[in-house]
Amino acid sequence: MKIVVCIKQVPDTNEVRLDPKTGTLIRDGVPSIINPDDKSGLEAALLLKDQHGAHVTVLTMGPQQADLALREALAMGADEAILLTDRAFAGADTWATSLTLAKALDELDYDLIITGRQAIDGDTAQVGPELAEHLQIPHVSYAKDIKKEEGNLIVKRMFEDGYHLIRVKMPCLVTALSDMNTPRYMNVKGIYDAYREKTVKTMTFDDLKIEREALGLKGSPTKVKRSFTKGAKTAGKLYKDLDEKEAARVIVEKMKEKFII
Amino acid sequence: MDFRITKEQILLQQLYKEFTEREVQPIAAEIDEEERFPEETVKKMQQNGMMGIQFPKTYDGAGGDNLAYIMLVEELSKACGTTGVVLSAHASLCGAPIYEFGTEEQKQKYLKPLARGEKLGAFGLTEPNAGTDAAGQQTKAVLDGDHYILNGSKIFITNASHADIFIVFAMTDKSVGTRGISAFIVEKEFEGFSIGKKELKLGIRGSATCELIFDNVRVPKENLIGKEGKGFGIAMKTLDGGRIGIAAQALGIAQGAIDETVKYVKERKQFGRSISKFQNTQFVLADMQTRTDAARLLVYRAAFNKDNGLPYSKEAAMAKLYASETAMWVTTQAVQLHGGYGYTREYPVERMMRDAKITEIYEGTSEVQRMVISASML
Repeated sequence: MKIVVCIKQVPDTNEVRLDPKTGTLIRDGVPSIINPDDKSGLEAALLLKDQHGAHVTVLTMGPQQADLALREALAMGADEAILLTDRAFAGADTWATSLTLAKALDELDYDLIITGRQAIDGDTAQVGPELAEHLQIPHVSYAKDIKKEEGNLIVKRMFEDGYHLIRVKMPCLVTALSDMNTPRYMNVKGIYDAYREKTVKTMTFDDLKIEREALGLKGSPTKVKRSFTKGAKTAGKLYKDLDEKEAARVIVEKMKEKFII
Repeated sequence: MDFRITKEQILLQQLYKEFTEREVQPIAAEIDEEERFPEETVKKMQQNGMMGIQFPKTYDGAGGDNLAYIMLVEELSKACGTTGVVLSAHASLCGAPIYEFGTEEQKQKYLKPLARGEKLGAFGLTEPNAGTDAAGQQTKAVLDGDHYILNGSKIFITNASHADIFIVFAMTDKSVGTRGISAFIVEKEFEGFSIGKKELKLGIRGSATCELIFDNVRVPKENLIGKEGKGFGIAMKTLDGGRIGIAAQALGIAQGAIDETVKYVKERKQFGRSISKFQNTQFVLADMQTRTDAARLLVYRAAFNKDNGLPYSKEAAMAKLYASETAMWVTTQAVQLHGGYGYTREYPVERMMRDAKITEIYEGTSEVQRMVISASML
């Protein structure tokens, strides 16, 4: 089985602060990590490899620095890594991103593509499903578990109040939830191998069969009009030691005061 | 000169940090309280290739270097001094002398399982009457056909009750003093070899520090390391390397105490404001971090020298002297900045202060380090 896992390098939002003046992310000194949903997707692929044997390729679109995320994936046990990088891809929205990834995947062999559900820096959850549409393959999103059963996969797709078990034929795409597993650690030997034995292959615009205008900022229908930080809120008022009746009365009174009810 | 860490080291540090936060930190207080050896952590370290980082792949190590290895000792020790010394005693004091002085057969038989982490190592030099004066060894080894017969005892042996392979020093010829000391590899299963009483200690309470007892232990001749009478040199060389590990442990303890203190002073309020706003707090923190960074440079330099075939005996002594005294000073300041809470077991800094003390004592006291350093000057 050939599995391609699409990952994204993101700033560790636990450590991100916003510049109060400009409202933009302060990225200086913020460590980059593999997006958590993607990392669990990679773990799911490595588990399938452990159980059934598979060739796992990790693919990312990003700047040269994304090499580090790919090396980390290699150090966890991925067999191959591809960095999709070109100035032509810059400024891509989810549509242009998924199209670029699809064109790269056209050049690769796969039975299963795993992406994360969504990235913590954008939270759109669109790239995975869009990618499946571009490739015209079935997809199952919000996966909490992936099992292999002959030529099919049984995927547990989560909803807020339950789940579906879906049998899907390969080739297909699955989007993974970060709570589906705990990703394994890198191995020390794996880290050395990632730099000394394995290579990160680079793909650029020239490797893809598509016109330049369809990609990057030009190929992106989404236009960001303005980004801003929500206004600061006051600390609020704390009511302590009220009994239930009194508490209910205060809540209703305050909601009336604010014209909520 | 280049003080930047490499790309490999960036990923290694990321791994070490994740591992320490998830596996080591959560049980650090518990293993101290219960004086329990962290077996489960050692097993997980084995699974992640952390027990033989500095040994070549041909001997089942990770193919890394001493710098990468002591960075792990440092990171583990930020959360737990015990776990740091378990690794340091295993890799620096048992794996390293076999790698550096052992025969090919000894490496195949003993270094490989040590490097894989399947076997845990220990080192037995100290005796009741031979501490700093290591030449006063009483344990004897007498050649009898294909075997040496060992009799005597060792004390304060780190990892003892959980180790499988021991480097043991014994007198093969008492009449020639240090030139009569030889080094042996002893397996825990050898008949007549037993583990004696476990010490109850001030700090690193999870580490198993015990007595070794040799009662007519038959050690095969092929387990002699190097030549007969070369043991003292092997012990001293091994301790030169071991000191880099202990220096890294001290460095980690110091940094761990700083990290805890920074968190605490931001939360703790007195006189209506965070105590981090007081200049005393700020200045003490600045000194804590500056000294710790200075220690780090000494420790990394010593490891760098060892990795690059440069002399490192003096450098290791300086690293250990400075890092251990820094750890003691920094952890004491950390407790002070925590005030009364710092003295309680509710916060980890009292444990760190207790753990720091041993780094000034074992693998050569601070006084011994000063002897080594000044000897290179005069």
